[in-house]
Amino acid sequence: MNINMTLIGQMIAFAIFVWFCMKYVWPPISTALHERQKKIADGLDAASRATRDLEVAQEEANETLRASKEQAAEILEQSHKRSSQMIEEAREQARQEGERMIASAKSEIDQEVNRAREELRGQVSRLAIVGAERILQSSIDETKHRELVDKLAKEL
Amino acid sequence: MAGNNPTPTEYIQHHLQNLTFGHHPENGWSMAHSAQEAADMGFWAIHVDTMGWSVAMGVLFIWLFRKVGKAATTGVPGKLQSAIEMIFEFVEDMVRGAFHGKNTMIAPLALTLFVWIFLMNLLKLVPVDLAPELFAKFGVEYMKLVPTTDPNATLGMALGVFCLIIYYSIKVKGAGGFVKELSFTPFNHWSLIPFNLVMEIIGLLVKPLSLGLRLFGNMFAGEVIFILIALLPFWVSWTLNVPWAIFHILVITLQAFIFTVLTVVYLNSAHEHH
Repeated sequence: MNINMTLIGQMIAFAIFVWFCMKYVWPPISTALHERQKKIADGLDAASRATRDLEVAQEEANETLRASKEQAAEILEQSHKRSSQMIEEAREQARQEGERMIASAKSEIDQEVNRAREELRGQVSRLAIVGAERILQSSIDETKHRELVDKLAKEL
Repeated sequence: MAGNNPTPTEYIQHHLQNLTFGHHPENGWSMAHSAQEAADMGFWAIHVDTMGWSVAMGVLFIWLFRKVGKAATTGVPGKLQSAIEMIFEFVEDMVRGAFHGKNTMIAPLALTLFVWIFLMNLLKLVPVDLAPELFAKFGVEYMKLVPTTDPNATLGMALGVFCLIIYYSIKVKGAGGFVKELSFTPFNHWSLIPFNLVMEIIGLLVKPLSLGLRLFGNMFAGEVIFILIALLPFWVSWTLNVPWAIFHILVITLQAFIFTVLTVVYLNSAHEHH
């Protein structure tokens, strides 16, 4: 345990190690550490920013969804209305058409009946005349008795 | 203790003797073969084991940290890198807390001191007989493994710190400012200048002395206890050895930490104007 040159040697070694550490050891570790620190901080920053962005986007999406739902409902309602309107219109048209057809058929029937009646009347009057001729065995002056026969035919 | 059975006193003395190379008055430049020879060499001798192991530990520190530093990525660190970075950040935080000036040398200095002293202290956990026995096989008579149990090593580092204190005191405050600070604290009156000077210079000189002796004292005392425990029969020595070694894991770290913190604090006060 004598104090000797080891003391000086240790001082020199100490100085060299400190110098070496300062020159070659400290800077790279320090740089790497602080760069990583910055990177992590940036990353966390970006993450929180992204979360915020996501929230905004979600809100926007919800808004859009809500709007489109509303629009869809509106469109649906409109189309419902339109379709019922169309059905109503078609029904009305069909009814009118039916009525029209019924009316025309009726009038046709009436005409047919009248015509048949006229014809029948003519035939009856002719038959009556023929019958009368047969009964009387004599010719009746058609023109003379025309008025009488017409009267008779009208009564049929 | 090769061959003949030594007495406990001889055993202890042998284990506490450094391997000394120096200029002996009679034998010239040679290895000392006894404690007496080593003492006769006076100042012009060197403890080969202390220097060797301390430089080895210093190189280990530099190599390890340099390796990690060179490979250091800013991405995901490996396990070794994480461990080194933990130590690094520990020291950096400590320096940031204790040192308020602007000096890029303080943090690397603190890192060097902390890791270097820690590694030197760590050699203490090597069983006390291992190194002397092993080196005896190669004809080396003495081998004291732990450099910090040699006052030359601890006082050498403390003197290095002392030089830095003086250097930065003068650099920051100027020679006049430094003398003025020594003269006018703690009592700011011209009539008390001699008293102040004596007080401050003693205070200044005590700094490296206490720094070096604290580390030396703790490590040396621990080492002596280890040697004493080793004197016990082998079947009982582990009951004391193991707890003492576990306790010393704490002491080793703590002493390295104390040395480092005090160095930073001293250098901080050297940078501050009073």
